[in-house]
Amino acid sequence: MKLLKILTAGVFAGVAFTAANASASVLDTVKQRGVLNCGTDNTAPGFGYLNTTTGQMEGLDVDFCKAVAAGVLGDAAKVKFITVTDKSRFDAVLTGQVDVVFAHTTIKPARESSIAIDFLPINFYDGTGLMVKTDAGIKEFADLDGATICTTQGSATETVLAAVFKARGWKDSKVLTYENLEKLFSALNSGRCNAMSTDKSALAAWAGNAPKPADYLILPDTLDKSPFGGFVAANDSKWRNALRWIEYGLFQAEESEITQANLAEKLKSEDPFIQKFLGSNGGGYGKDFGLSDDFMAQAIKAVGNYGEAYDRNLGPKTKMYLDRRGTPNALWTQGGAIYSPLWN
Amino acid sequence: MTIHETSAIHGMPDNDRLRSLRLRNRIRHEAIQLGIVALVVVLLGILAYAVKAGLAEKGIRFSFSFLANTAGFDISEGLTLTSVEGFVPNLAQFSSEMSIASAFVTGIFNTAKIALLAIILSTILGTMLGVGRLSTNWVVRNLCFWIVEFVRNTPLLIQLVFWYFAVVLHFPPMASAAKLYGGLIVSQQGIYLPTLSWTGGASTLSLILVTATGVSALGAIFDPIRGARRICVGAAVVCLGLLVATGGMIVNFPVANKFKASGGTSISPEMAALLVAVVVSSASFIAETVRGAIDALPKAQWEAAGSLGLSRRDTVNDIILPQVFRVVLPSFGNQYISLTKNTALGIAVGFPDLFNIYGTIANQTGHSLEGIIIVMASYLVLSWIISSSVYWANRRLNPMGVSQ
Repeated sequence: MKLLKILTAGVFAGVAFTAANASASVLDTVKQRGVLNCGTDNTAPGFGYLNTTTGQMEGLDVDFCKAVAAGVLGDAAKVKFITVTDKSRFDAVLTGQVDVVFAHTTIKPARESSIAIDFLPINFYDGTGLMVKTDAGIKEFADLDGATICTTQGSATETVLAAVFKARGWKDSKVLTYENLEKLFSALNSGRCNAMSTDKSALAAWAGNAPKPADYLILPDTLDKSPFGGFVAANDSKWRNALRWIEYGLFQAEESEITQANLAEKLKSEDPFIQKFLGSNGGGYGKDFGLSDDFMAQAIKAVGNYGEAYDRNLGPKTKMYLDRRGTPNALWTQGGAIYSPLWN
Repeated sequence: MTIHETSAIHGMPDNDRLRSLRLRNRIRHEAIQLGIVALVVVLLGILAYAVKAGLAEKGIRFSFSFLANTAGFDISEGLTLTSVEGFVPNLAQFSSEMSIASAFVTGIFNTAKIALLAIILSTILGTMLGVGRLSTNWVVRNLCFWIVEFVRNTPLLIQLVFWYFAVVLHFPPMASAAKLYGGLIVSQQGIYLPTLSWTGGASTLSLILVTATGVSALGAIFDPIRGARRICVGAAVVCLGLLVATGGMIVNFPVANKFKASGGTSISPEMAALLVAVVVSSASFIAETVRGAIDALPKAQWEAAGSLGLSRRDTVNDIILPQVFRVVLPSFGNQYISLTKNTALGIAVGFPDLFNIYGTIANQTGHSLEGIIIVMASYLVLSWIISSSVYWANRRLNPMGVSQ
């Protein structure tokens, strides 16, 4: 009977703990822990990729994790990267295994309405594309009627392909799904898949990193748009707002031409806007979000502004090079869609 | 014990006391049992409440209504139940406009299909390997030994990835495969086999031939005399041949197209790899069970058969194996259940088994908890069906009170 009493007490304690735990913001948890648990992919070059020569995680999503760690904890090194797959990423954030996920995730209504997550602003504008082997003689999407097209399980591409097949009345075409991009790519190489379909940035990355990039052809068609955003567990506006403004801050820094290189100089600036933005003269925006005054200075020190992070991971010097110019990924002042709300 | 002894010594007067004591004991016993059951129910209730409260706190809704929603995704292979007319189920290829519930059914269908095939094939292969390990032929004995040793000592997941990426995906592409094999196409896109189909011309001759084929096929399976079984197989083949020759049935040869083949029937590369991996791995465990059971039989059985002049083959088929099957059936049952659960590894090669489809559903709808409950319940039911079938078969082979 004693054992039973202990069991019952344990269950009641569990109930009380769940209730108490839910009211605390992840922001406080992270500060208390002193480490940010950030969910990223590790097989997506340019976004979240384990560089096997340096042993470091690299990519635009990885840089967002670092910026958040720097903004919240004042140190970009205080981040622990936890690998999530297309399939596990939502559960990872719902169960509290990770505090935030940046894993090239397409923002769509079903995900926010039924999965109890809240998305952060779009950090990359992508589109669903297709890649084939050059020697297959396929030049455009219309050539693929009746083909087997492969994608990753749990991706937005799964539903995009089903919708496109239906719209075109392609009865014999098949969608085959694999666990991750690595298996998907080997299935394309073996010839099992006539085409590999995922976001165009990922296609460019896999072709670019292949031994012979010329073996692969990315078809000109874009099946649907694919806006990427990080996400956090729902109903935690304190945490979500802090992250949103760190992200907007990176956009604003590019617009205000604050870079990693000129940050020291800018911190001495007399311009009241920059003083307030960087919190250099005390009294920045940080306190209202539960962050330090200089949270944006810390974030920029860690990864630079959005443009710098973009160029480091997807720019001309990278193997996959995705030109920003003329795409929504350019700053709004240059005709793109990267736009920060007013910092004033 | 003492009470029992006293009552036995003092006789009648103590019988009432004994009876009431027994009753009291029984009541106490039952009360404790009831108490434990009630406590477990209460604890489960509290747990369920805690889970529900926790989910509600996080804004997660727990409901099965998502099952009626449109799936919106495709599944590479598999049939689903569309309607039931009387007792005849209508099966159709799953498509993206069907419901989430249909997608689950497709998953169950695929899992059951591969489990059933694997059970049949691994029993045959396992028995052959098990008998082979006791062969008098050095090559056969050692070959079987090393196959069993190698397969039993490597993880199934690794074997599966090997069969898929290193074997099946290295089959020739569709274009060159067609030239190589003609009627049977073995390619990266799948293994295509010719099928027979009914032309619909119900002439008296074809009806007679169909009946003859059916009867011979039944005889080939159930006739107790081996020689007769062989004749039945021959008869069935001849009848089928006559059916095709007279135009009652036609053979559908697969024809290679640009991307895949049409006509005939096909086994997808994913299914082929999963089937081979599961069959080979289960067969090696079954082989060990069979070998152990044969070893456990008295040596005199072999000697007696030998002295009657039976060949080794006849001894194995007619004396040894019938006795072995009586003993090994329960452990075969365990193997069948673990084999069925092992098919959940299909996800590693993209085979749309129940667990794989659950992954897609959980991701597209967000209802992972409800989904996993459905998946667990389905595997439980499948395992129950297998164990009760094995129990039934065991009762047939070993009637109550008849020992070997």
